[in-house]
Amino acid sequence: MSRNPLIREVPPTSWYFRHPLYLRYMSREITSIFIGAYCVLLVVGLQRLAAGPAAWEGFVTALQSPASIVFQFLCLVAAFYHAATWFNATQKAMPLQIGEDFVPGNVISGAHYAAWAVLSVVVLFFTGVF
Amino acid sequence: METISTDVAIIGAGGAGLRAAIALAETDPKLRIALISKVYPMRSHTCSAEGGAAGVIKPDDSFDLHFDDTAGGGDWLSDQDCVEYFIHEAPKELLQLEHWGCPWNREADGSVAVRPFGGMKKKRTWFAADKSGFHILHTLFQTSLQFPSITRYDEFFGLDLLIDEGRCQGVTAMEMRSGELRQFHAKAVIIAGGGGGRMFPFSTNGAIKTGDGMAMAYRAGAPLKDMEFVQYHPTGLPNTGSLLTEACRGEGGILVNKNGRRYLQDYGMGPETPVGKPQLKTMELGPRDRVSQAYWHELQKGNTVSTQWGECVLLDMRHLGEKYIDERLPLVRELCASYLQVDIVKDPVPIRPVVHYMMGGISTNTKAATPIPGLFAAGECACVSLNGANRLGSNSLVELLVFGRRAALSAIEHIQGLPAANTKALNARAVETQKRIDGLYARTNGTESMSGVRKEMMDTMEKNAGIYRTEEGLQEGVKIIHDLRQRYDKVILTDKSKVFNTDLFQMLELGSMLDCAEAVTVGALARKESRGAHQRLDYAERDDNKFLRHTMAYFKGLEPPRIDYLDVVITKSPPGVRDYSGDHK
Amino acid sequence: MKERLVQLEVLRYNPDTDTEARFQRYEVTCAEEWVVLDALNKVKADIDPTLNYRWSCHMAVCGSCGMMINGEPKLSCHTFLRDYEGVIRVEPLVHFPVERDLVTAPDDFMEKLKRVKPYIIPKEKKPISEGEYKQTPAQLMKFRQYSMCINCMLCYAACPEYGLTPHFIGPAALTLAHRYNQDSRDGGRKERQEVVATHEGVWECTFVGACSESARRTSTPRAPCSR
Ligand SMILES: Cc1cc2nc3c(=O)[nH]c(=O)nc-3n(C[C@H](O)[C@H](O)[C@H](O)COP(=O)(O)OP(=O)(O)OC[C@H]3O[C@@H](n4cnc5c(N)ncnc54)[C@H](O)[C@@H]3O)c2cc1C
Ligand code: SF4
Ligand code: FES
Repeated sequence: MSRNPLIREVPPTSWYFRHPLYLRYMSREITSIFIGAYCVLLVVGLQRLAAGPAAWEGFVTALQSPASIVFQFLCLVAAFYHAATWFNATQKAMPLQIGEDFVPGNVISGAHYAAWAVLSVVVLFFTGVF
Repeated sequence: METISTDVAIIGAGGAGLRAAIALAETDPKLRIALISKVYPMRSHTCSAEGGAAGVIKPDDSFDLHFDDTAGGGDWLSDQDCVEYFIHEAPKELLQLEHWGCPWNREADGSVAVRPFGGMKKKRTWFAADKSGFHILHTLFQTSLQFPSITRYDEFFGLDLLIDEGRCQGVTAMEMRSGELRQFHAKAVIIAGGGGGRMFPFSTNGAIKTGDGMAMAYRAGAPLKDMEFVQYHPTGLPNTGSLLTEACRGEGGILVNKNGRRYLQDYGMGPETPVGKPQLKTMELGPRDRVSQAYWHELQKGNTVSTQWGECVLLDMRHLGEKYIDERLPLVRELCASYLQVDIVKDPVPIRPVVHYMMGGISTNTKAATPIPGLFAAGECACVSLNGANRLGSNSLVELLVFGRRAALSAIEHIQGLPAANTKALNARAVETQKRIDGLYARTNGTESMSGVRKEMMDTMEKNAGIYRTEEGLQEGVKIIHDLRQRYDKVILTDKSKVFNTDLFQMLELGSMLDCAEAVTVGALARKESRGAHQRLDYAERDDNKFLRHTMAYFKGLEPPRIDYLDVVITKSPPGVRDYSGDHK
Repeated sequence: MKERLVQLEVLRYNPDTDTEARFQRYEVTCAEEWVVLDALNKVKADIDPTLNYRWSCHMAVCGSCGMMINGEPKLSCHTFLRDYEGVIRVEPLVHFPVERDLVTAPDDFMEKLKRVKPYIIPKEKKPISEGEYKQTPAQLMKFRQYSMCINCMLCYAACPEYGLTPHFIGPAALTLAHRYNQDSRDGGRKERQEVVATHEGVWECTFVGACSESARRTSTPRAPCSR
């Protein structure tokens, strides 16, 4: 038998450099780290709040330090990127059919964006911005 | 050489082969079935059929009407007992596919939808968008996966039938990925190897359609029937040969010459119908042979358009409008835009007739049996004499199903109480195949290039056995093909490797095509009349006295085939006039 | 006819003589509107008969001719020379063993298609004589888009998950399972779910989106992934 198939290995650590699409995918995955970190921050905040007014004051002050503001800004950008890429993917991940026709993809994504905007306004309203 | 013992071996896993395999497995789950194919089943050429499949299902239709369309469309060369069997089985088979999940288009009430098709007087063509053949093939393939008794031998190249004591008892094949030969010992063999349109230079057929199945049976002694009938499809892209589906015309596209005249009215398919309002069986919806022949006449008159891809006529769909085109013919628009860079919304498309289908093939009777006991055939490689001198669009996908199943049932009948095989004798036959292949590898005195011989064959078929034929042209064609068959023995095999040697497969395919091409040219020369797809300038009329008969070609080694004739079976429709001037008086 | 000289760099591998793959350069004159497959066919006919690859339909429907073209999985019969400049690099589809030259072994893919039980497991059986199962156009549209996979395997070559975790059942087989699950005639969802929902099934898909991306941009105008 002269068969001897060649196996071309996938590089386990650097595969995502092979294609811009993979790179975009990995960058989206990385945004999750920021979102995770921000969740940790929120939990710490809760714990401080439970520990009494003094602890809470300290926490709030720490939040206002320049480093912390940069971090929060990064988290915000990451969250935007993560949300937007997901909304854009919803056209494919959650197709919607009414009768014979499929709801156009941009309507599905658009609806997500709209819901996002509405929720943001509601949250801002309750936090007293308006 | 490894031997594989099985009950039934099927060569070809297109529509016909798969249908046969499923029928065998369903009828008798204990049967061992070997399904041998040179490509993975879903690559078979059935996948490229677009239009649809005909079967009587609607209340305004009747079996008699389908019968008349088929017998008349075939210019009365169809065996009418076969047509009768076919039209009654057709709806059952299409319903069976429905039960297996084929995504047929539907009416609002959930029943199956049908569309009009060239040469059919009623709407009776079932369709699955513009990918009917694709869906039929994939439905069959996927359905076949549930039967453990079907063992697939994908990418095994079938070589020679094993005949002993006058019975067909197996086949040899090469495992393509290793280059190793195998012999399959079987109680019955079904050939479903598809057509051979690739012997022509312009063809809608895929690369795999090289007539291997036909040649295999022919070399083993089974006659090829009516090979001279080769169907041209009127609308192919002039560069790739890709098909523009008949739906282009069904939806209202018109054919015009360089003067903008709808020339079909000059060839007995008029009077002109209003633009964009097609009527069944007239003008642009006339039968394929007539529409293709009209192109040839226009070419002679100098009415064609010269393009960078040669002489063409124009298919104009602009009047349909962008919205309608995108709704009904999106793939056609895409195809023209990408392969030809023509936008059908803005410009007419240059087209020319292109070889599409072979009516002829391995001679079988209504039971799908060849004259060799134990050998059955179905699908495009067979000539059961349903299509006569001209196949109607959408009859052949159904033919695959009806006769694929029939071949399976006949095979089961055949193997009951069969004496045990003489394996020694079969082995000896298989060794001959091995020698033949070894000979190709060992050939050192080669002087001919494969692509050279192939090109000469294609050009000859186009020039001498094309849409219109003459005595001199055919005589020349017969001579050249005969010559090429001698020269074939000097073709060089450049690649001497074992693993997936496509040089070798192309060489074997060229041999099959040459064998079939000779049957086409010799049959055409002998048929001194014009009928359906076989048109002679020197014998312009149909001659029922002499030629209401099937041509039977018998293999004679390197000599031209022996030609014999077989009477056509006429039961209720005597030969008449094919009338495509529409309903209006 | 407008012509141009095309340079191809094709990965060659012959197990009879080679221990590893190498690139070979070919120059061919091609018509402007040709596809990469046409160029390969010309190489095979006129320059090098020992070059091996699969093709049949030349109309993007049989799924035979998938290759990596400049690093992206494409159908070579639907990849136009006019979209490329300079040397065009042609390799076998990645993530599959290479038998020879551009010919890969799709055994794993075939096995995976079969695993999802891609056939109607009828909700209620009825004989042919009782006619068709009624299915409204809306019910048809529910699964039709998932029934159009041509099995070209480009998505498997595009999917990094499949490359890293070969037991992942992959985009095409998942689509096929979904196609039958969504069919109003089918009652086999439970049986299929056993395969699809296990660890090598749908949960392995990390939504890279490479499958649909690779197919949509370039290759398979007729496939579900092109939506
Ligand atoms: C572009 C196009 C459009 C069409 N549209 C329609 C339509 O709308 N309606 C209609 O009714 N008909 C249509 N037809 C005709 C119809 O599709 C074919 O006649 C039919 O599909 C042939 O099916 P088959 O099963 O006989 O062969 P195929 O599907 O061609 O299969 C042949 C099989 O044989 C195998 N094989 C061949 N040689 C060997 C070998 N040496 N060893 C092992 N295996 C081998 C192949 O691997 C393959 O599996 C169309 C045809 C074309 C080309
Ligand atoms: S899902 Fe698309 S890319 Fe994947 S095999 Fe099917 S047609 Fe090809
Ligand atoms: S050759 Fe059939 S898909 Fe490209």
